[in-house]
Amino acid sequence: MEAKYTLGIDVGSTTSKCVIVKDGQEIVSKSLVSVGAGTSGPERAIKEVLDNCGMKKEDMSFILGTGYGRNSLDIVDDQMSELSCHARGAYYLFPEVHTVIDIGGQDMKVLQIDNGVMVNFQMNDKCAAGTGRFLDVMARVLEVKVAELGDLGAKSTKRVAISSTCTVFAESEVISQLAQGSDMHDIINGIHHSIAARMSGLARRVGVRDQVVMTGGVAQNVGVVAALEEELGHKVYTSPLAQYAGALGAALFAYQKATRKK
Amino acid sequence: MAEIEKTAPAEQTAPAAAAPAKKPAKPASPGVTALRKVVSDVYAAAWEAKKAGRPVGWSSSKFPCEIAEALDLAVVYPENQAAGIAAQHDGERLCEAAENLGFDADICGYARISLAYASGVETTNVSRQMPQPDFVLCCNNICNCMTKWYENIARMHNIPLIMIDVPYNNTTHVDESQVAYIRAQFEDAIKQLEKISGNKFDEKKFEQVCANANRTAKAWLKVCDYCQYEPSPMSGFDLFNHMADVVTARGKESTAEAFELLATELEEHVKNGTSTLPFEEKYRIMFEGIPCWPDLKALFKPLKGSGLNVTAVVYAPAFGFVYDGLDDLCRAYCKAPNSVCLEQGVEWREGLCRDNKVDGVLVHYNRSCKPWSGYMPEMQRRFTADLGIPCAAFDGDQADPRNFNAAQYETRVQGLVEAMEATKAAKEG
Repeated sequence: MEAKYTLGIDVGSTTSKCVIVKDGQEIVSKSLVSVGAGTSGPERAIKEVLDNCGMKKEDMSFILGTGYGRNSLDIVDDQMSELSCHARGAYYLFPEVHTVIDIGGQDMKVLQIDNGVMVNFQMNDKCAAGTGRFLDVMARVLEVKVAELGDLGAKSTKRVAISSTCTVFAESEVISQLAQGSDMHDIINGIHHSIAARMSGLARRVGVRDQVVMTGGVAQNVGVVAALEEELGHKVYTSPLAQYAGALGAALFAYQKATRKK
Repeated sequence: MAEIEKTAPAEQTAPAAAAPAKKPAKPASPGVTALRKVVSDVYAAAWEAKKAGRPVGWSSSKFPCEIAEALDLAVVYPENQAAGIAAQHDGERLCEAAENLGFDADICGYARISLAYASGVETTNVSRQMPQPDFVLCCNNICNCMTKWYENIARMHNIPLIMIDVPYNNTTHVDESQVAYIRAQFEDAIKQLEKISGNKFDEKKFEQVCANANRTAKAWLKVCDYCQYEPSPMSGFDLFNHMADVVTARGKESTAEAFELLATELEEHVKNGTSTLPFEEKYRIMFEGIPCWPDLKALFKPLKGSGLNVTAVVYAPAFGFVYDGLDDLCRAYCKAPNSVCLEQGVEWREGLCRDNKVDGVLVHYNRSCKPWSGYMPEMQRRFTADLGIPCAAFDGDQADPRNFNAAQYETRVQGLVEAMEATKAAKEG
C-alpha cells in the first residue's frame, strides 16, 4: 500500500512550525521559522518542511492548520485548535501523559488528557504574565537572549522574588532589582519561578496527574522546567521536539482525517 | 440636580437614506411581541409618571418589586437599562464617562453606565432612555457593588435610598433569624414608600401583586424548562432577552400572560419537532454568567458555527421567585446567584446540567462581576468531577467591550467542542 504523508502547520503569534508524518507514525520532516501569524513565516515554514524531505504540497494527503493564525491559512484542508493538537502531539511523544503544560508566545494552557484525548483544559486570562512574551520582555531588559535564560538562571545561588501578576509591573521590578545591584542570575531564577507560580495556579484548576509533559518553545528553558517541578511537586517531562508538539499533533490529526475520508 | 432632569425620550430618528439596507428581521412571535410590549410599557409608565409630577424610582433587579407595585409607584431598572445600552454599543462611551467622573474602571460595567446616566449623560439607545429618579430601591442580594452604586445615585440627586440588606447565605437553608431581619426591613421599606407615594399600603392589593408575581414566576420557570427537550425549541440565549420582563415587571398580570403565551408557542414547537434556533443542535451546553451584551454577535458566531446550543443558564431561572406568604417571600429573595454558598450554587447548576442534558460548560469570567467569577474555578472543577463534562472559560465583560477578545473566545469554544467530541467518542467506545 502506498504511504500516506500528512502535514501539520502550527502558526503561533511568534513562530511558525511544520511537521510531516508518514502513515500517522513516523516524523519525516520538520521546520521552524521565527515569525508567526500575519508574516511570511507560515509560507516559509511550509516551503522548508517540503524541501527538507524533497516532497511537494501535492504529495500530502491532508494538511491541517492549528495555532493562533490557523484561520488565515489558504493551504490547509481543515483546522483544529492548538489545544487538541498539543494534546495529540504530547501523547505521541509521551504515551503515559495525563497533563500537558504549554507556554506559547501569548498564552499558557493546561490540558487534561485521558487515553490520548483532551477531556478538559484551562487557559490564561487576557494577561500576558507567564507567557513567552513575558520572557521576551525580561530578556530584553536584562540584555540577554531568550534562549540563554535557562543556562543563566542555573547559575543562581539565591532567588529574587519577581511578581507574577503583571508583565509591566514585573519589568519594573526587574529594572529596580538591577538598579539595586541584584545578581542577574538570581533575577532570572526569580523570573522562572514567577512563570512557574502562575502556571501552577492554572494547572491546579484542571488537576495535575502524572505524567506531566511540557510542550512549546519555553520547554527548552531548563530553569522554567525546574521551577515548575518545584511548584507542582511532579516531574515534568520535555522532549527536544516540544516546540513542534502542536504541528506534530496537527499532522497526526491530518492522518486521521485523511484515512477517515475514504 | 434639576439640570439633568429629562421630560421625555427623544424621537427615534429615521435611518439615513444612504445607509446600506439591512436584512429584514424575522417577525417576532405573538409571545415575544407581548413580552417586548411589557418592557416598553414599564419605560413609558415611568415617563408618564414623571410628566404628571409623580415620583419615579430606580430599582435593583432583585428588590422585592411587590411593594412599589402595590403602591402604584412607577419604577425602572438600571440593570436592564445598562444591558440594553451595552447591547446597542453605547456602553463603552458611558463607562468612560463614569471613569471621567472618577469611578474606577474595575467597577461593574452596569454600575458605570448607570452612574454616567444618573449624572446626565444621555444614551443613544432611545428605547432605554428613562427619567431621572426621585428615590432609589436597593437590595444587595444580587451583588454588593449595588449598595455603593445606589448610594452614589442617591447622593448625586439628593433623594431617598430605601435599602434591603440580605446577608450572604453560608448554608443551603435560610435561617429564621435572617427572615425576621429581612421582614423588619421590608416593613420599614413599606413605611418609607407610603410617604414617597402618598398612598396607603393596601394589603389586598399587595396580595394580588404577589399572586401576579407568583404566576409570572411559574410561567417563566415553565418557559426555562423547555430547554430540557432534545432538541430544544429555542436557544437559551433567548432566555437572557426575556429576562428583561421578569426583572422589570414580574408583579404585573400582563407579564404572566405574555410568558404563558410564549410557553404555548414553545409547546407547539415541541409537538411539531421545530425550534426557533437558527441552526441544527449538535451539542448542548450550559452558559455560565451574564452574556457579553456588546459582543452578542461575536459570542453567538462560533456557537452557531459548531452547532452549540445553550440549553442551560443559571441566571434565568434564578429570577423565578415562587413563594407563599410574606415570610416565604423574604426567604425567596435571600436566594440569588451571588448571595448563596458554593454548595448551593453547585447544586443549582449541576441539577440544571442534568435536567437540560448538557455536554459541556462555557464559563464567562466576567470582569464586571468578580464575586460570580471568583467561585467559578472551583465550580468548574466540580462540574468535571461530578458530571464528567468538559468546561471552557473565557474572559469578557457584561457591558464593557474593552474586556473581551473575540479571537481568544473562538479558540476556547473550539477547544470545548473538540473536548466534547472526544468525551462523547470515549463514552460511545
